[in-house]
Amino acid sequence: MELIYEKSVKGRRGVRLPKADVPRAAALPENLQRREAAGLPEVSELDVVRHFTNLSRRNFSVDTNFYPLGSCTMKYNAKVLENAANLFGQYHPMTALLPGGETSCQGSLAMLHELGELLAEITGMDEVTTQPLAGAHGEMTGIMLIAAYHRAKGNRKKYVVVPDSSHGTNPASAAMVGYEIITIPTAPYGDMDLDAFKTAMNGEVAAVMMTCPNTLGLFNPHIKEICDIAHEHDALMYYDGANLNAILGKVRPGDVGFDVIHVNLHKTFGTPHGGGGPGSGPVGVKKALIPFLPMPRIIKAADGGIALETDNPRSIGRTATFYGNFGVMVRAYAYMIMLGKEGLIEVSEQAVLNANYIMSRLKSHYDLPFEQTCMHECVFSASRQLKHGVHAIDIAKYLIDRGYHPPTVYFPLIVKEAIMIEPTETESKQTMDAFIAVMKEAAEMAEKDPEALLRAPVTMPVTRLDETKAAREQNVCHAGW
Amino acid sequence: MSYCPNTPDDIREMLAAIGVAGVEDLFSPVPEELRAKSFNLPEGMSEFELFQRMRLLAEKNTQNLAGFIGGGYYDHCIPAVVDHLSGRAEFYTAYTPYQPECSQGTLQALFEYQTAICRLTGMEVSNASLYDGGTALAEAAMMALRVTGRNRLVIDGGVNPFYREIVRTYLANLEVEIVEVSPQQGITSRPALTAALSDQTAAVILQNPNFFGSLDDIGDLAEEAQAKGALLIASVYPISLGMVKSPGEMGADIVVGDGQSLGNPLSFGGPSFGFIATTKKYIRNLPGRIVGETVDRNGKRGFVLTLQAREQHIKRHKATSNICSNQSLCALRGLIFLASMGKEGFAELAKLNYDKAEYAKEVLGAIRGVSVLNVATTFNEFTLALPKDAAGVVEGLLREGIAAGVPAGLYYPEMDHCLVVTVTEKRTRQEIGALAKQLEGALWS
Amino acid sequence: MDTYFTKEHEWVKIKEGIASVGITEYAAHQLGDITFVELPQEGKVVKQFEALAGIESVKAASDIYTPVSGQVVKVNTALEDRPEIVNEAAEDAGWIAWVKVADESELKNLMNREQYEAYVKGLE
Repeated sequence: MELIYEKSVKGRRGVRLPKADVPRAAALPENLQRREAAGLPEVSELDVVRHFTNLSRRNFSVDTNFYPLGSCTMKYNAKVLENAANLFGQYHPMTALLPGGETSCQGSLAMLHELGELLAEITGMDEVTTQPLAGAHGEMTGIMLIAAYHRAKGNRKKYVVVPDSSHGTNPASAAMVGYEIITIPTAPYGDMDLDAFKTAMNGEVAAVMMTCPNTLGLFNPHIKEICDIAHEHDALMYYDGANLNAILGKVRPGDVGFDVIHVNLHKTFGTPHGGGGPGSGPVGVKKALIPFLPMPRIIKAADGGIALETDNPRSIGRTATFYGNFGVMVRAYAYMIMLGKEGLIEVSEQAVLNANYIMSRLKSHYDLPFEQTCMHECVFSASRQLKHGVHAIDIAKYLIDRGYHPPTVYFPLIVKEAIMIEPTETESKQTMDAFIAVMKEAAEMAEKDPEALLRAPVTMPVTRLDETKAAREQNVCHAGW
Repeated sequence: MSYCPNTPDDIREMLAAIGVAGVEDLFSPVPEELRAKSFNLPEGMSEFELFQRMRLLAEKNTQNLAGFIGGGYYDHCIPAVVDHLSGRAEFYTAYTPYQPECSQGTLQALFEYQTAICRLTGMEVSNASLYDGGTALAEAAMMALRVTGRNRLVIDGGVNPFYREIVRTYLANLEVEIVEVSPQQGITSRPALTAALSDQTAAVILQNPNFFGSLDDIGDLAEEAQAKGALLIASVYPISLGMVKSPGEMGADIVVGDGQSLGNPLSFGGPSFGFIATTKKYIRNLPGRIVGETVDRNGKRGFVLTLQAREQHIKRHKATSNICSNQSLCALRGLIFLASMGKEGFAELAKLNYDKAEYAKEVLGAIRGVSVLNVATTFNEFTLALPKDAAGVVEGLLREGIAAGVPAGLYYPEMDHCLVVTVTEKRTRQEIGALAKQLEGALWS
Repeated sequence: MDTYFTKEHEWVKIKEGIASVGITEYAAHQLGDITFVELPQEGKVVKQFEALAGIESVKAASDIYTPVSGQVVKVNTALEDRPEIVNEAAEDAGWIAWVKVADESELKNLMNREQYEAYVKGLE
């Protein structure tokens, strides 16, 4: 398909702007003038509409395809959330910061405050900041809070401990805050190696970052012990909320002993993923960390209204320009109150049921490196298929031809030829049965006709793409302007 | 309401296939003593009841006061096509395009977005978006530290105070020295900047137009920084690039900004997107996702996520950034906005903002006792010096239903009489006249 | 001239006090199509088994550790434009850097070809 720039015709116009109802001002001084207008496309509105409508048709999405992308919780995004979000109008974020401005946007502020309270109750934390703009941003904010806590106590800390099965964002976030990383291997049973963890712990560890259930979809039964050991060293426990969908209403990280958590609202609380964002990653903390929360902090004022606290010298400062991704949070808030207590418990139960169903039905055809009851996702390995020259990626590409978005492949890194399947609670048995049949078919083809898998996909606008060429040539901007 | 479709029969069959008696058995890996001590949430409701509830909450918002405030977020027109096209479910409910063959829509759009950002900023390469303008600036600062291997930053006081605070917060735990340079008469002070520069400076960070609205040809500062081996980071307001010389032409090494004004609603501060662009030689130091052009097995053009070995999912703690999810949909909105405006329309939009702001500057500056602080040219934002404390004036005018601007004293204590006023294409001559009348009333009655 | 190997799949050949260092054919194959080699600065002083350079393919990034201590005296700038040379001739034209050897006795910490081949076999 042509690029929008290639559809450009000199002199063609799209949108019409408001009238110039003021006198034309003098030109900018010469040295500030743009010599040549930026090379934007010159197209009609219909050109724009056709272009992007046709582009959209080259995507798989939750609304069009089963999308069991492990670790990403691609659940259905309820349409009423869009309508609910639209009610909140177009408020300028600065209004709340103007003298006397808070009164004009009490609805928006109250929503953020209530969202924080709901998340605190769901996760067992004492207070939540809505500022972080995505999961990884929440991790970084959380680690900054931990650093501030240690600094205030005069603790000298140097390390953050992560298991080798963790999301790459965990070590990356800790490194951005200046910590060195200690990586703990995974034991044969699929959890972090407890003995290696005990050996690695020392007084210079600032935090231990855990995902529970972990990226293998397994709940670590020793998690309480791990929290206790960390606390003995005055290290804080960080909970990566990426997999919170599995334990809603069943386990609260705060009860278990975690001190800081981020929640990926776009995963657990059903907001659209937008082709890679926006997400939203509010961070919950225990009481000891509240003094360090970023500003502005959204608080309940003495008169019952919601106010912004902007002058706390102990705060870590500011990690985003305003209060977080408000538009995402309004949807997540609506989702939470619509589902309510029983609905959210049903989410985790059905998500876990669906994942275990897929695991039990596919283990005849694929290797299961860690065979035990899983939580919301299960991780297979294509090592059996590899004997026939078929990799996980080939199975993924075949699924595309059959109308399924592939599961996550090659993650977690500790599983060879990993295939990580997360169906989520919003998929029906019938959808999963059809998917299971195709997965089995792929496994059988790997033995009988591996070539066919290596050719896939053949039904998409493009066949497999040359990623090496892209990385070597680095053509990231259309030339020809 | 939980959107779980399985019927009791389905569930029975699934449990039988798994070989357990009930769903609760699947939670057996969770020790009893770790079970939730509380889950005190309200009862759920239907979507119809939800809508009522949300309406009641939204109605607590009393006044929509975009008015004349900016400070990083701007009230601009958004063509209807932006909502309609970005709301296409195939864009809206997809995720990061890890599987390129079934994600060419998102990938091509992001490639077109990167192209638009390069062309606006006059740079060679762009990533596929960051979170917002402030975090993009912090990422740019960290990128400069990596590129130069130095540990000192010089940041101009005219950079948005929130952005400066984000940079400080991001770097608080690293051994980095941040030197702030006070602006003079609303613009970067050359002597102060020269004094702050050293051969340990990783980057000079400027904003154009700056928080006070002043435009500056920063070419000399870029040269001066580069002569010392430092990079020049410019944070820019994208709408201004319709008429102002691009930061690339001015010699910037890294350009960042907030994309809210490109087709993203105010939405009480988010989501918008941050953009970052640089020169080709620094591409491997860019944070976040990048889309690249390539070919498929038949030689047909296609697009993929590229240079992923820089990113956290591969390089873990050595990655250029921790960012994973970005603000893809908002970047798509930005692209659709720019395509709708088009080459001429975008230039016209900038000119309209400039003309209206110049008119407002003249009208407001003519009020008795009021003067314009900026000695430099401004774009669509300018700073007034009032004969009274600006915070009090703004508070009073808010009660009358008009947001007159941002009191500079909130962020620059010595500027308590100053008011930063923003005028976009949406403000009419009549509204500007009304503001002048009310401001005059607030000052003199 | 003998070639020595590390467990991290680097090779080293020493001639007149200068060590030529690269990654093994096995490593190049494991990485797949190499897209980038991050060369060290000439003049950099490195200790045995410390990170010397970086190497990337489409889906992986790894450090290259120096098999011997010393000072980097020359880097293979041909890899800047054509990193694929490492795939084509890992143990020859795909060399990464020359290191002026500080202590030849360090070679005893390395494997000879026979040992390395046995080591690789054990990994498969």
